[in-house]
Amino acid sequence: MSDFEPKVVAFVCNWCTYAGADLTGTSRIKYASNVKIIRFPCTGRIDFMLLLKSFANGADGIIISGCHPNDCHYTSGNFHAKRRWIMFKELMDFMGIDMKRITFSWVSAAEGARWAEVVNTTVARVRELGPYVSYKQMVNTHIEEEVTNE
Amino acid sequence: MARIGVFICHCGENISATVDCTKVCETTAKLKHVAYATEYKYMCSDPGQSLIKEAIKKYNLTGVVVSACSPRMHEPTFRKACAEAGLNPFLCEMANLREHCSWVHEKSESTTQKAIDIVRILVEKVKHNAALQPIRVPVTKTALVIGGGIAGIQAALDIANCGHKVIMVERSPSIGGHMSQLSETFPTLDCSQCILTPRMVEVLQHPNITLYSYAEVEGLDGFIGNFVVKIRKKAKSLDEKVCTGCGLCITKCPVKKIPNEFEQGMGFRHAIYVPFPQAVPNKPVIDREHCTYYIKGKCKVCEIVCPTKAIRFDQPDEVIEAKVGAIVVATGFDIKHADFFPEYGYGKYKDVIDGLQFERLASASGPTSGEILRPSDGQKPKNIVFIACAGSRDPAKGIAYCSKICCMYTAKHAMLYKHKVHEGNAYVFYMDIRSAGKNYEEFVHRAIEEDHVNYIRGRVSTVYERDGKLIVKGVDTLLGAQPVEIVADMVVLATAGIANNGAEQLAQRLHISYDSHKFFAEAHPKLKPVETNTAGIFLAGACQNPKDIPDSVSQASGAAVKVAVLFSQNELTREPLVAVVNRMGPPMYSTCVGCFMCQPVCPYQAIEREEYKTRDGKVIKTVAKINEGLCQGCGTCVALCRSKSIDLYGYTNEQVYTEVVALLNDY
Repeated sequence: MSDFEPKVVAFVCNWCTYAGADLTGTSRIKYASNVKIIRFPCTGRIDFMLLLKSFANGADGIIISGCHPNDCHYTSGNFHAKRRWIMFKELMDFMGIDMKRITFSWVSAAEGARWAEVVNTTVARVRELGPYVSYKQMVNTHIEEEVTNE
Repeated sequence: MARIGVFICHCGENISATVDCTKVCETTAKLKHVAYATEYKYMCSDPGQSLIKEAIKKYNLTGVVVSACSPRMHEPTFRKACAEAGLNPFLCEMANLREHCSWVHEKSESTTQKAIDIVRILVEKVKHNAALQPIRVPVTKTALVIGGGIAGIQAALDIANCGHKVIMVERSPSIGGHMSQLSETFPTLDCSQCILTPRMVEVLQHPNITLYSYAEVEGLDGFIGNFVVKIRKKAKSLDEKVCTGCGLCITKCPVKKIPNEFEQGMGFRHAIYVPFPQAVPNKPVIDREHCTYYIKGKCKVCEIVCPTKAIRFDQPDEVIEAKVGAIVVATGFDIKHADFFPEYGYGKYKDVIDGLQFERLASASGPTSGEILRPSDGQKPKNIVFIACAGSRDPAKGIAYCSKICCMYTAKHAMLYKHKVHEGNAYVFYMDIRSAGKNYEEFVHRAIEEDHVNYIRGRVSTVYERDGKLIVKGVDTLLGAQPVEIVADMVVLATAGIANNGAEQLAQRLHISYDSHKFFAEAHPKLKPVETNTAGIFLAGACQNPKDIPDSVSQASGAAVKVAVLFSQNELTREPLVAVVNRMGPPMYSTCVGCFMCQPVCPYQAIEREEYKTRDGKVIKTVAKINEGLCQGCGTCVALCRSKSIDLYGYTNEQVYTEVVALLNDY
């Protein structure tokens, strides 16, 4: 397990967390290189199907991060993301997805150190959990079940 | 077929020190559809940009990925370069190899691999970019200035003198801000009021400036060039047009013992009051919290004595809406007050005061008419101790930053004291003397050498009272950390400058960022110090971080120029990164089923209904349509849409799903 390097996808908003991650860089704070960032205008834009798509393509962990409540550049996108997250979390949990692999957090443009912390804790946790092979197994089982039912 | 060009920047050594740029270049050159890949030391420089332009023409590129710093830094630079070479600017993307890779990881194979991956993701994305045309919007050439301190005044005058209309909103009954409270200013010992009040009058009299004092910004809608601001004009309880400002009402008002905010609680005012004699506008307001009429329902002395019958007890707050094209936020700062320094006895001993209170004591218009007298017994203090960095540069107190102005005003205070109490002794406890600024260092030296102020380098641990005297216990670190005890008559704390009360709420109303100390955040610490992250909103003065008068004035003029630049155009071009509902031929017209779930989530009311009708006017289908003038491109509707009929230019489903797949799958 020691040489397992988790693949972590980060979905972040442009105005807070992307800028916060820029500040981590400007402040030269080091963090795990496992994470790769995809920029969105707002967490409200994040379609949660992207999470499933990520797992289906071999992601071991996911970070979703945007502006703190009330600080959204677009007033309320982060609230919609939060509400969507609350619903989707239940659904994904019900489906058997390992929720420990997903981090939902707020990181502002001024919180460079916090971004490093969010990344490092997520990467450490996912590293502990190991590669997410059970997702593919789970999906395959469902498909097989459907096939046999037919 | 896509022909992508990849341009890898070394950023001097900022990227190349930890990322093997040559390897990134060689690897990405082999990617599918990459027609050209190269590296250069400074891609943002003129030769760097020329490199991109020439490559676009030579290789007939259909997309460009500049792998350099954050797109928040240089995306406009490179998009402009692409446009100059004839490539649609929205076909250019940036891979963030500096802030998100080279600066945050150690030099290693995996860092280089991550850099390659980042470039690869963006190469895949840019293949799906569409050539977009910028949206043109008109500009309302009126500026809103929030805050009437010296920064707001300077910005308003500069903009107004460019020939543009300005609306100034000030929370308190008078403009002037903290500068109007100061006695004299460093390093010239100019009388603060004497240099400020003419400017205040100029604001009032300027034909291009509309001043709303005793008013607050309640809400903001719209975007750069086209904001709609809601201003609450708090009821002054008098008709300003009728009032002559004679002041008779004030002298007759029976409620006299309200601590005066302008005098920092060291004097009293009436319930109907003008904050200070030189106030602008010089017309009183009724403080409804303290006025007997509003508390008990009777009194009305002011109404009876008013010779012009200007008092209006039943006046309501008025909320007005104004269209503005740009906003300058100049709401200033505050200083840390009581309870913060239990060890220094602030709030417990009357003779322990803060810097702003000392300003009022030293001011000719202050409660003592400029004499330095102890608040407790009105005696001249023989020994006075100034404590610099009271709160500032003290992470234990939660304020790690330097408040910047305290070193200088403490030197000024000590000097003013010595000028007024010749036989007295002034002591200053300090950590370091930070006197960067023109003639500042010389000023501090004058205080030490000519006015014989005793500077002691060290911290004060405690201040307590013994036999009517304040005992200041500290340490002198230049004498080998020797304990020092000074028997003082008065102690002045140079308390930390903090964000103004209400700054957080205002930032949320304006949708601008702020830091952990609630100071407003600039768009870039070096190159965009007056801009905010929200286009069309600029910062001036100490609302950004504590700063002195010349810095505030310079920044205000800077902000004013930014506004003038904006107003020099009749039309603005806006990034076309907006949401769009798909359209197709009949009978579908769109995959939109017309559920309109998107309508309530849109923060900008940009979603409209569009009806498709038959020739005889029968509605066949109602579908959503997005007003691109109102849409700001947050994409909340896109993620919400149940039939996946909405997409967001620049972040289309195709683009983001491609990014995810590219990110996770090795080539």
